Amino acid sequence: MPQISQLAETYASQVFWLLIFFGFIFFVIGRGMVPKVMATVEARDSQIAADLAAAEAARSAADAEEEAWRIQSGKQRGEALALISSAKAEAAKASEIRLASAQAKIEARVSEAETRIASARNGALKEIEKVAADAATDIAARLAGVTVDAKAAQAAVKEALNG
Amino acid sequence: MAAEGGKVDPMHQFAIEPMFGTDHWQLAGHNIAFTNSALWMAITTVALLVFVWGGMKRELVPGRWQMAVESLTGFIDNLLAANIGPAGKKYVPYIFSIFCFILFANLLGLLPLTLLGVHPFTPTSHFTVTGVLAIMSFAIVLIVGFARHGLHFFSLFVPHGTPWWLLWLIPIIELISFLVRPFSLALRLFVAMMAGHVLLEVLSSFVIGSANSGPLWGSIVGVPSFLLMVAICALELLVAGIQAYVFALLTSLYLNDAENLH
Repeated sequence: MPQISQLAETYASQVFWLLIFFGFIFFVIGRGMVPKVMATVEARDSQIAADLAAAEAARSAADAEEEAWRIQSGKQRGEALALISSAKAEAAKASEIRLASAQAKIEARVSEAETRIASARNGALKEIEKVAADAATDIAARLAGVTVDAKAAQAAVKEALNG
Repeated sequence: MAAEGGKVDPMHQFAIEPMFGTDHWQLAGHNIAFTNSALWMAITTVALLVFVWGGMKRELVPGRWQMAVESLTGFIDNLLAANIGPAGKKYVPYIFSIFCFILFANLLGLLPLTLLGVHPFTPTSHFTVTGVLAIMSFAIVLIVGFARHGLHFFSLFVPHGTPWWLLWLIPIIELISFLVRPFSLALRLFVAMMAGHVLLEVLSSFVIGSANSGPLWGSIVGVPSFLLMVAICALELLVAGIQAYVFALLTSLYLNDAENLH
């Protein structure tokens, strides 16, 4: 077993070179390079965490914005509806008023026209009575040779006309 | 595999052969020749350096190599976080070094380089090496424990809920189990590595020996031995990882004792 048979002559060399090489590994690799590797891992982890947090924040901000937009758009829709309905009501009212005034005007004109017609008819009737009395006087004078008094003729015509 | 007179010596693979500096290199009267063991420690170091260096691109989106290195450091980080808690972060360099040194040394020692005429050597199959690693871990536990808790660290030997009438016995048992830790750490790794390598060599000697003694023995003994070798090679790869993990895990558990007591 060389481990024991060579122990006396080789232990110093073994220990010495082990300390040299293990010391190199510990100080150069273990303390020099490993922390850098781990720092890289940590930096990556923290960057991922930060990115995730930023994405989360952006998403919640977008959600809040959407919510606000929804509320605002709902409000605006309500306002628009109110505006439309009030405008409708106003327009209806206005058209009603105008209709009413137009109606009143029309009625006034109709009644005026009716009075005009009535007066024209009365005038015409009077004219007819006069013409008919004249004609009756004339007819009586020609046929019967009777001179009829104008007043009597008129009375007779009026009676005949009005029943 | 040293075939001496047609025989395979399963222990030869553990022999340390000085490469240079045998005569002149002295440190405080001790010979510190550069041996094949030191060479394989150097290869382990270089392989680990290349591996980690390949993961140092520090890209935000990691490539495969960077991903591999990062998962290794993340594995050690998780191990320490699970066993020690947030205070374990500062031990990552040490546990990473221990784990990777043992893992790479184990795996490199398993490489079938003998086919190319190179003898792979597993430094972790020497208790001199594993002993130094274990003593380092144990020393760190002692230093951290006494630095953090002072003499209160001795309360480690009196677990919670010890009945008063056992107070004379439990601390002694705890003390012994505590003092055994470096030996168990060192011997477990050394034995696991050595046993696996010896087993492979013994089986390979079966294959060679039986094949040399004729087709009959070759097919009866050699072929099953070869199949078993293939399976045991897979097992050895597993053991290489598990032993590195066990060493790192136990070190972190002991560090947990030192950090948080019981």
